[in-house]
Amino acid sequence: MVEEMIAGLELHQQIESKKLFCSCDSELVDEEGSVLLRRLRPTQSELGEVDRAALAEADKNMRFRYRAPKGVSCLVEADEEPPHDANADAIEVAMSIACLLHAKPVDEIHFMRKIVIDGSNTTGFQKTALIALDGHIDVDGKRISIPTVCLEEDAARKVEAKGGEVTYKLDRLGIPLVEVATGPDLRSPEEVKEVALRLGSMMRATKKVKRGLGTIREDLNISIPDGARVEVKGVQVLRMLPAYVNREIERQRMLLSVKNELSKRGVSKVEPSIFDMTENFTKSKSKVVQSALSKGGRVLACPLRGFAGVLKSEDGVLRLGSELAQYARTKGVAGIFHTDELPGYGIEQETVDAMKKSMDIGHGDAFVLCADAMSKADLALRTVVERANQALIGVPEETRDPLPDGSTSYSRPLPGANRMYPETDVRPITITQDSLGTILQNLPELPDQRIERLMNEFNINRQQAGQIVKEGFDDIFEDVARSFGLGAVAAKTFLNTYPELEREGVDPYEIDESSIMDMFRSLSQGAFAKEALTDILRLVAKGKKVGEAVEELGIRTVGSKEAGAMISRIVKERASFVREKGMDSAGPLMGLVMEELKGKIDGKTASDLLKKEIKKILESQPT
Amino acid sequence: MSYSSSVLALLKRIGAEEGDLLRVRSTDREYLGVLMPHHDFSGPDILVVKLKSGYNVGIELRECTEVDVVRKAAKREKRSVAPKIDHVVKKDVAVIGTGGTIASYVDYRTGAVHPAMSASDLVLAVPEIADLCNVKAEALFSIFSENMRVEHWQRLACRVYERIEEGVEGCIVPHGTDTMGYTSAALSFMLEDLPRPVVVVGAQRSSDRPSSDAYTNLLAATRFVVESDAAETFLLMHESPSDLTALVHRGTRARKMHTSRRDAFESINAQPVARIHFEGGIEYLDQYEKKSGKKPRLRIEMEDNVALVHFYPGMRADLFKEVMLNHRGVVIAGSGLGHVSDDMVRSVKKAVESGVAVVMTSQCLSGHVNLNVYDTGRDLQSAGVIPGGDMLPETAYIKLMWSLAQAGSEKELSEMMQKDLRGELSERRELDG
Repeated sequence: MVEEMIAGLELHQQIESKKLFCSCDSELVDEEGSVLLRRLRPTQSELGEVDRAALAEADKNMRFRYRAPKGVSCLVEADEEPPHDANADAIEVAMSIACLLHAKPVDEIHFMRKIVIDGSNTTGFQKTALIALDGHIDVDGKRISIPTVCLEEDAARKVEAKGGEVTYKLDRLGIPLVEVATGPDLRSPEEVKEVALRLGSMMRATKKVKRGLGTIREDLNISIPDGARVEVKGVQVLRMLPAYVNREIERQRMLLSVKNELSKRGVSKVEPSIFDMTENFTKSKSKVVQSALSKGGRVLACPLRGFAGVLKSEDGVLRLGSELAQYARTKGVAGIFHTDELPGYGIEQETVDAMKKSMDIGHGDAFVLCADAMSKADLALRTVVERANQALIGVPEETRDPLPDGSTSYSRPLPGANRMYPETDVRPITITQDSLGTILQNLPELPDQRIERLMNEFNINRQQAGQIVKEGFDDIFEDVARSFGLGAVAAKTFLNTYPELEREGVDPYEIDESSIMDMFRSLSQGAFAKEALTDILRLVAKGKKVGEAVEELGIRTVGSKEAGAMISRIVKERASFVREKGMDSAGPLMGLVMEELKGKIDGKTASDLLKKEIKKILESQPT
Repeated sequence: MSYSSSVLALLKRIGAEEGDLLRVRSTDREYLGVLMPHHDFSGPDILVVKLKSGYNVGIELRECTEVDVVRKAAKREKRSVAPKIDHVVKKDVAVIGTGGTIASYVDYRTGAVHPAMSASDLVLAVPEIADLCNVKAEALFSIFSENMRVEHWQRLACRVYERIEEGVEGCIVPHGTDTMGYTSAALSFMLEDLPRPVVVVGAQRSSDRPSSDAYTNLLAATRFVVESDAAETFLLMHESPSDLTALVHRGTRARKMHTSRRDAFESINAQPVARIHFEGGIEYLDQYEKKSGKKPRLRIEMEDNVALVHFYPGMRADLFKEVMLNHRGVVIAGSGLGHVSDDMVRSVKKAVESGVAVVMTSQCLSGHVNLNVYDTGRDLQSAGVIPGGDMLPETAYIKLMWSLAQAGSEKELSEMMQKDLRGELSERRELDG
């Protein structure tokens, strides 16, 4: 029952201004920059009473490498200088957005430190402030609540993680973000998408937010009845939202089926009992196992009594196994094998039987295998057992990473309540009635107003204008329409050609705005005909420059003289057909003409030339 | 809580205290949150509350605003953890707190930072210390380092002396970084023939932050006391912005050269004494006095009527003549090799003639003063100015205060000031150091 899903969105949009707490440019760069090596350490209150073991464990894992490129990072990002006053432009943009969302601004903004010790902030906390409360938007006649609007700093960019060390780049750290959270009011995958798109277009309406991949990120909170709240964190492609929602509903339902099946079987809590099975694998053909053994690893196994058939059911519906594997991977192993997929992966029936016998695996029981360094494999299997036991209870609360195919993978448990304390280095900011008045007077054009204006100004219909605004093509559309007078072509390109190309497996949505402008400029200058747009887009989407695409397609336009000569030749070659059909020959001949001149001349000119040549033939004496 | 009088009156009327849950209602909105302390830069009529989400917001109290207490704050218990007693024999290390934020903890409810006041607080802040030694911690005083005065240096030196006499392996002095170099210089002169090390240590990021350098610096200081055989007064801080190494500077040579970076301290005109690798290992970079069975000597007398003057172009010689005449000693940080303007030379001459001890150092910091090269220098020498060699102006200031109290005559004073007593002066400066 899809209607019973509950979802909420948290949207993070980068603001176009200098950084929030220093004067660095808010740009991502390729330059590597100098390197800092740091540790972060949980402060005492975070751990409650001092737990030496936890501290040691935490300390061991918290080493970070930072790359600090020039111009886009300074001593502030390096945590070598206190933050400056919060950027006034960013506050104004965030306040405008809050007002557009009918949220009520606080009287004084207080920045807080939200503890984050995964290294994504050099300080160990993110600076964030609640700037307005209790807003709403109306989408398709339904009121969606916006409980909070926050202004915060973006985190550093994760570059790589290996050998227990994570590398971050400081260019993104400190870029101002406005965070808009909806209430848990969303009830369908489509509604999630509609609300996300509407919020996105409202942000863009300010014209002071960043555009392009990664500049807007969504956290999706979703649950189904009897399921649990799961957060899919950092979705960058808004069009994918319904897919994540659907897949998550499906996943939670699957986990509920697993729970019911296990409870029907009367399966009880699994105690971890880990067996060393290495000797069964000395001659194994499994590449994974051989590779682990060659590095001195072991093959460990752990029974999951009562779990046969739920790890991967024969019809493929139950897939607890992949959940177990995702948990195992967080402990640094490549993966696990389980009995529902064995024999397979080079592990033979004979080996499986031998292991079953030595671990006393009965009918209805399963086991999981992990080949890696002893301590890693052991930890991974213990984690698997913990996750298997959660399956007896139902759906665990989790944070999950979005994957490009619409699925998600486990990343970490849902964080508890945020531990926040005041950022004493940043002065509170009073929102005066004056400053608020100015913001309210200068609120940007809202999406609905823009739709009206685009219709009137550029002669497109309401449905087109609505879709252009919703999908975020409004700015580029307006640029193209205004600069080159190509409104109708642009609308057709964004609304029809783009989805066609996407169905072909080409992604035109990532083409940057300057390339789009280049393309329409070339078109308006007659470098090619509009019939060639789809072919050009296809190449540009694959990274070609517009000029290169034109050249590669061999479609530079021909002058009307040259075209006239070609058409004249085509018509002359078929003179008898022309005489027979008269002006009706134009239809069939047009096909031949366009085949030869495709993309080099626009259809109307070709048609005019063709008719002229046909008349010439008809008016001339037969030879 | 430093709310305005009108806000305070309202809070008093409804019996609200910090930590209480309040409901604040005005015409168009309602907030439910815990009353927080007033921020120094908050508006006068702003009430700061922490909402359930953890966020603080400022709410302006208008005439129509209604405030009432929903629930009183729960009484908080003071945390206390008894230091762990185990039976491994470890060395005693004294930690004598002076009040910097280096060993402090934060109250997450209010955001206030409290100094670690006892051994248990310190062990709470940096529990690893207890693995390296038996911590004997105390808070001697709790002040910002810019408020340090002669009497603080004297009390501190006395306490260090007592602790060393009691047989500790060394003393660690957590200190605010602003005037840490003055304190390390003062301790260097006041404590003679040290048989055990004294390490003054600070942090540039307060210890309530996960990125604080307090832990690494304190642990490095502890390791240096326990593992090294060096016995002088040192100052220890990060070597770079990375958490890789700390440098151990000689107490008379360290100077704060940056307002905020972790590696703010540098040894000027000298090599640091050692480099401590946080992953383990100590590298020695210079000669040092070794631990011994010597009997330390405590000489805390100081003449506090001494001034430190930074020369600048256009300095009013008439005004500063009065300043100099009102002091028993003056250290000048002169320009270049140790110069001041002609009219200042005349004022200096007057001061020296009336018995004021004037010591010349350089505001270049790096390099040696030389009063032989230019006329001005020669005039200053003739006037009786004592050249400060390659001493830091701050070190010369401390040394002059101390020497004035020790020396029996002007001649003896001049000799003391020009003689290397604690590594504060050197004859040679190498090309790469």
